[in-house]
Amino acid sequence: MIASFFGSIPAMIVLTGILVGLSGALLGSFLVLRGNAMLTDAISHSIVFGIIVVWLMTGHMSGPVQVLGAALTGVLTVVLSELLARSRLVKMDAAIGLVFPALFAAGVLLISIHARDVHIDVQTVLLGEIGFVWLNTLVIGGVNVPVAVVTLGAVLVVNLAFVLVFWKELKLTTFDPGLAAALGFLPGVLHYAVLTLTSVTAVAAFDAVGAILFIAFVIVPPATAYLLTRRLWLMVVLAVGVSVAACVAGYLLAIWWNVSIAGMMASMTGVWFALALLFAPERGLIAQAFSWRSKRLDHDCRALVAHLFTHQDTPQMAEENTQRALVEHLRWPAPRARAAILRAHDRDLIERRAGLLTLRPKGTAEAEAIFGKSDWR
Amino acid sequence: MSALADLLSSGIVRTVLMGAAILGAISGMLGAFAVLRRQSLLGDALSHAALPGICLGFIIAGTRDLGSILMGAFVTGALAALVMMLIVRRTTLKTDAALGIVLSVFFAVGVVLLSWVQGQGGAASAGLASFLFGQAAAILRSDLWIMGGIGLTALALVLALWKEFKLVSFDADFARAQGFPVTGLEAVLTVMVALAIVVGLQLVGVVLMVALLIAPAAAARQWTRTLGPMVVLSAVIGAASGAAGALISAASRGLATGPVVVLIATGIVIVSLLFAPQRGLIWQALAKRRARARISDGRVLTTLQGLAAAHSDANYPAEQGMLEAALGTRAPSATIAALEQRGLIQPVTHPPETTPHWELTAAGHIEAAALSGKHSPKSDEGTQ
Repeated sequence: MIASFFGSIPAMIVLTGILVGLSGALLGSFLVLRGNAMLTDAISHSIVFGIIVVWLMTGHMSGPVQVLGAALTGVLTVVLSELLARSRLVKMDAAIGLVFPALFAAGVLLISIHARDVHIDVQTVLLGEIGFVWLNTLVIGGVNVPVAVVTLGAVLVVNLAFVLVFWKELKLTTFDPGLAAALGFLPGVLHYAVLTLTSVTAVAAFDAVGAILFIAFVIVPPATAYLLTRRLWLMVVLAVGVSVAACVAGYLLAIWWNVSIAGMMASMTGVWFALALLFAPERGLIAQAFSWRSKRLDHDCRALVAHLFTHQDTPQMAEENTQRALVEHLRWPAPRARAAILRAHDRDLIERRAGLLTLRPKGTAEAEAIFGKSDWR
Repeated sequence: MSALADLLSSGIVRTVLMGAAILGAISGMLGAFAVLRRQSLLGDALSHAALPGICLGFIIAGTRDLGSILMGAFVTGALAALVMMLIVRRTTLKTDAALGIVLSVFFAVGVVLLSWVQGQGGAASAGLASFLFGQAAAILRSDLWIMGGIGLTALALVLALWKEFKLVSFDADFARAQGFPVTGLEAVLTVMVALAIVVGLQLVGVVLMVALLIAPAAAARQWTRTLGPMVVLSAVIGAASGAAGALISAASRGLATGPVVVLIATGIVIVSLLFAPQRGLIWQALAKRRARARISDGRVLTTLQGLAAAHSDANYPAEQGMLEAALGTRAPSATIAALEQRGLIQPVTHPPETTPHWELTAAGHIEAAALSGKHSPKSDEGTQ
């Protein structure tokens, strides 16, 4: 049963994707909240340099030492960018944009030069080859398990342990770094711990999804979750859920359309994000549009009540307290005037009497609340 | 040398060189504004977002026609900028999260389309992958007209809107207060960044395009404080790295152009960061050393002056140990030597003591007075 699960190619591909997604979402939630999302971009590009250098030095690509060694490049990129920005010769965004392309370019050139000996080619660097993870396996307890699954599983355990153990500290440093520093929680150390783990995860995920698609797995599910909730634990849980859903749906669609699996998984994270952006309750674009409309209608109601109140029992009443006055004097489009009258009528603020709009007691009360009790008329 | 001459004499190489130089110049020129407006990473997001457009352009045209590919890249790049703006304005997500989302999702869609195109087969589709890392060798003579046209358009726009761009780059709030259509100008600048990216794709590819946008501008910024020279210098550096990269990549088989160009541009940046006058790191370090030496010199001089005043003896011979006690630290021998060499102090003997003593010279008194604002005792008033 276990052997057949680990022997099944589709199960292994989806599992690899899910492991990348889970690790990414755990760390990504904090990166997105801290406003460090683009550091993921820098890290995931520059580890290419680390991976190839470690390979040139040790002759191997997988293994704990290799993963850590390559991950160092990711941290180094961040350190270099921050040093460069601190010299005040360039701004932080330009510093990031100078350091990681240089490391990435050096990595790509080294790969081109050693193309004959190294098993990755330049295109794999970008796109990964999640479809082939099952080729490279390791025997654990008599079962053939893909190396990528083992590595990513180990990384996931580390990430999960880190997030669970340092939950309180992460929460504090994320939302109030100043308070965290004052209480002695070392936000800087935690910042670099998160970035180191991101680098390690990026290196472990490199074979499966490549350097750039990894960014989608780290940033997009947490950003999606962020649109849906304001609670940190729920955001992390939702981000993980979005990752899993993206991996499964992406795999199925990729097989159906015969396109890149990792690419489709990453695209699906984007689809979930787009759905959340549109339909999220309260903060989605559609909910925003509705709430904007309803606020405007409320405001129109108040304006209508105020208008009627102003002209009530005056000689101009016959002319002013009509729907036509709203269109001609207040310059409202006819549909807007009609909607406001209907809304005010529904809320028992006004009534139609002898062809005129007159205030009901509730409407008079609201108008008095607007103008104050003073008889300024 | 003769190999280089052979290379240069070939018409293809000349085309490639010219194309690479034009592309580098356009990117450098427009990148200057992106860097000044702190939109470097927007360039990164837009360049990655060009990948789906490249594939769509290819799918729609059915061939590797540069015009339709660049059009596609431009359309998806602009779309990415719009999505990015939508996310930033309508949600509480931070700008960098929006950049990351746009960059990775658009690129992912591009990867999907690329794999679909390659799955369909066809000889032309193989060339699409060269847009990932750039392939200057693939530049054709007919492409030069397109690039030249885009370059001239960009140049004309920059010249026509120079004052407006300058104002928006340095003080957008002031520009708004003066009644300039800032949002519109920012949109034009963003569109021009997208344009620069689109033309640079052939040279460096979608992944490394950001470097060709940032590096020349960051290097140029170190050498000048004025916008005009910075934009020109940035264009020159861009053209130089483009041409040099294309040449190296063409001379060696199998090296993608993009990484070579980027490394050359990065090299120029490093040299600029180190050696640029006024701003460069080495210049700064030297200036700091000079300032330190000046302060150290001043302290020794004014201490000697103080001792002389306390003893009412302008030629008071201060013993080395006394000087150190007064300074609270060992007087650096380098400082003493430098002061002696400048003729501000002179060694004297004070028998029967054998330790070294120092006194201020006349020039030293003038210098010390200028530093401390106090007058030294006149030498003839001294009483032994």
